[in-house]
Amino acid sequence: MEAFELLFQGFQVLLTFKNLALMMIGLVLGIFVGVLPGLGGPNGVAILLPLTFTMDPTSAIVMLSCIYWGALFGGAITSILFNIPGEAWSVATTFDGYPMAQQGRAAEALTAAFTSSFIGSLVAVILITFLAPRIADFALKFGPPEFFAVYLLTFCSFVGLGKEEKHKIVISMALGLLLAGIGMDTVSGQLRMTFGWSELLRGINFLVAVIGLFGISEILLTMEERLALRGHTAHISLKVVLQVWKTLPRYWVTLLRSSAIGCWLGITPGGAIAASFMGYNLAKRFAKDKDSFGRGRIEGVFAPETAAHAAGTSALLPMLALGIPGSGTAAILLGGLMVWGLNPGPLLFVEHKEFVWGTIASMYLGNVVGLVLVLSTVPVFAAVLRVPFAAIAPMIVVSCAIGAYAIQNAMFDIWLMLGFGVVGYVFKKLNYPLAPLTLALVLGSRTEDAFRLAMIGAGGDLRVFWSNSLVGSITTLALVLLFWPVIGRAIGKVGEILRPALPGARG
Amino acid sequence: MSADDTDTAPHDARPVVGTRSVDIVASILLLALAALLGWDAWRVGNSWADDGPQAGYFPFYLAVLMAAASLYGLVRALLARQAAGEPFVTHGQFTRVMQVFVPTLAFCILTQYLGLYVASFLLVAGFMIWVGRIAAWKSVLTSFLFTAAMFLTFEIAFNVIMPKGPLEAAFGF
Repeated sequence: MEAFELLFQGFQVLLTFKNLALMMIGLVLGIFVGVLPGLGGPNGVAILLPLTFTMDPTSAIVMLSCIYWGALFGGAITSILFNIPGEAWSVATTFDGYPMAQQGRAAEALTAAFTSSFIGSLVAVILITFLAPRIADFALKFGPPEFFAVYLLTFCSFVGLGKEEKHKIVISMALGLLLAGIGMDTVSGQLRMTFGWSELLRGINFLVAVIGLFGISEILLTMEERLALRGHTAHISLKVVLQVWKTLPRYWVTLLRSSAIGCWLGITPGGAIAASFMGYNLAKRFAKDKDSFGRGRIEGVFAPETAAHAAGTSALLPMLALGIPGSGTAAILLGGLMVWGLNPGPLLFVEHKEFVWGTIASMYLGNVVGLVLVLSTVPVFAAVLRVPFAAIAPMIVVSCAIGAYAIQNAMFDIWLMLGFGVVGYVFKKLNYPLAPLTLALVLGSRTEDAFRLAMIGAGGDLRVFWSNSLVGSITTLALVLLFWPVIGRAIGKVGEILRPALPGARG
Repeated sequence: MSADDTDTAPHDARPVVGTRSVDIVASILLLALAALLGWDAWRVGNSWADDGPQAGYFPFYLAVLMAAASLYGLVRALLARQAAGEPFVTHGQFTRVMQVFVPTLAFCILTQYLGLYVASFLLVAGFMIWVGRIAAWKSVLTSFLFTAAMFLTFEIAFNVIMPKGPLEAAFGF
């Protein structure tokens, strides 16, 4: 019950006029970036991060996480009204959400989406409240080999479970780790990979890269596709809201299943997208009339939204407890923590209790306030999408430049941002995944430090990663995940051989 | 994915370059980058010193990994003949991408010399007038309001310093 007490303290930290005001600002800005084409959760948080540089860490994270909630809510608006998924994990929401809007049931679909987002997040936040301190407690016993093993697990799960071509995932990851190594080596103080270029001494800042990779490249892509923003209007009345809420108990199985899938996949890095599709597909598989999915069925909105938001929220769990972000946005929040001088990881729960519990409390409050806010202001934000793209695109470019410059006050970073923008554009068109690159950039130096400290401790013996049962099982699990495609196929083959006479046993 | 072409010029679907060609070039560039970074890591030292791995140890093996993966990608792209027909970008798309890339480039150059706020005003106004074909007074007004809002937010309210040029200096900032 210690968690309750600490959470209560967290609420006390939160309930000041300043923090509540920042929360509202964050939510509004978040919905705004979520609705705008060419922006979304990670970009919005990255671009607005400079605003928080002069705040104290707690206020900063309250505002940033509210931007994140807002962006998640905003993404649903574009998916349903305009058939444009703001984020990859909103894709599944368009399957039934857009048909509903076409049938004039937009308000119903939006209410369903917002409500299920709320439920998904709430389940994940409850999970964080009770699980994160335990994990952090456990992780306090970790030494460098254990930490390296956990990082290895993170990267291996990307390679093994990623849907893209494997060599592209490996390239993206290795490139990120290499770029993170540029500049002064933290252990020996030697310069490396700078090629005598003084601008590279500082290294490549993770946030600059993210702003370029996501913000600028997204503008280029949006312009290329020339999205036709012709959507449906919606006005949500209290009657519709109550109507939809009345049907909620009927879908409790779907909601619960999607929440569970979301929480599980959210903790696994890169899982939010998979979670939304899996939530949708499972709801469809268990439904009695499968054909009604894709034609505007409310359950088809409930299932993916709940899963996506549960995943998006629980992605913050490993970030808080272990210092390992479970999603792109979590990675950016982690970058923010470092800017404010906090060292993400298990020690955060010991050294910065106030910060951690303030953050968790803000997740509860931000979700409730966000739900009310978004339900009441949909028409305003839907109108944002009717602003011509020619006006929005240059403003986003300017915001990106401000964000990139503010981090280190360096003009070079603006150029770097532009360069990363082009790289991001080409990578996206060639199907190179950007998430491993982002994650590698933010975790690169910590991974290397953990590896080198482990090696120094063990005198260069690689067996240190199997030296006790804990580190050994994490390392082994990492390797299993890395070779999962091969192993999974082998298991499938064995299954087929064992049960040849059961047609249709495997879907 | 609905690509409506009702309002502006007809869609030019001729490819500028095929996906396979870009894939090959990208693989070669990534391979070259891996070689360059790997070479530097080797120069710094990629083996074991008395006190553990040298500074270049970790990057060197990553570069090897990246080079191997790029080489695999290159070979695959070279062997995949039939996929050559798919365009990486069409003429129409390329024109539109350049419509936003070139102004962004100009904006970065201007920021270096005139400061961010003047460059921002010029970018937003110019883009709206020439690319968006929005009435000049609307564009200039929107751009001015946007830039002023940015200035007030970052420079005044949040004390985040941006590059400034002669205009701001004239006003004493």
